Amino acid sequence: MKARVTVTLKTGVLDPQGKAIEGALKSLGIEGIASVRQGKVFDIELDGDRTMAETALKAAADKLLANTVIENYRVEVLG
Amino acid sequence: MKSAILVFPGINRERDMARALRLVCGREPAMVWHAETSLPEGTDLVVAPGGFSYGDYLRCGAIAARAPVMDAVRAFASDGGLVLGVCNGFQILCESGLLPGILMRNAGLKFICHDVHLRVERSDTPFTRGYNAGQVIRVPVAHGEGNYAADADTIRRLEGEGRVLYRYCSPSGEIGDTHNINGAAQSIAGIVNERGNVLGMMPHPENHVEDIMGCTDGRGLFAGLVAHLERAA
Repeated sequence: MKARVTVTLKTGVLDPQGKAIEGALKSLGIEGIASVRQGKVFDIELDGDRTMAETALKAAADKLLANTVIENYRVEVLG
Repeated sequence: MKSAILVFPGINRERDMARALRLVCGREPAMVWHAETSLPEGTDLVVAPGGFSYGDYLRCGAIAARAPVMDAVRAFASDGGLVLGVCNGFQILCESGLLPGILMRNAGLKFICHDVHLRVERSDTPFTRGYNAGQVIRVPVAHGEGNYAADADTIRRLEGEGRVLYRYCSPSGEIGDTHNINGAAQSIAGIVNERGNVLGMMPHPENHVEDIMGCTDGRGLFAGLVAHLERAA
């Protein structure tokens, strides 16, 4: 089974890396960029059924993949 | 003082720390590998040193914080044992839940490697009793992620409970944006946990302990710990 965990910064948390990327995109002349926030994507393969996978992925995100002080995460089981 | 230095793959300041502890405390620290599940008998101080554990993969300190030895460190801290985390060690202590908050990328995005001035906010703690309250010390920093952040409630609690022990400042002790090298909340350079027995700090006091280093301002931290333990004994 394939799954994806997406980790993003919480609203209001300063993201200096996102800001730097935003600046670089603007300097490339790419128009219409209002803002950039950088996050992380984890593509994970795992065994078991969907419910087991969702439980395992939530535990993985809570315990390691995300730091919930500053980050939110979303778990998607892709089947 | 019997100290134990935690060694994780990718750490590179453990020998500096061992040298400083040996010099100031007169005793060889134990080096404890991350896969250990216990600390040496009679340990008084556990130190998480600086470096780049696991190459800073995922988040700085995130993987080291989940190493087997950290359960022993958590148990040691909950029994009141003294724990010091410097630089990557501070990041590890935050990731392990022993300290609140997190160290984010420096606001200016650059790796900062030079001496800074720190104001010692109080002297009545094991980690600052070698100094006077308000004293300014000069110690080096070397980090890319030292920008301390936490939610507003946590910052209020840290301030309200006097848990900010070291702050970035000017040579004469003024606090302000110009002297806040990495953009840390409230110019925070070092904080303690609620109980006051776990300190995390970004600067490296272990690198200013001998005349040959050009400054010995860092000695006070270690000498203070020794004095604290002698007094407790």
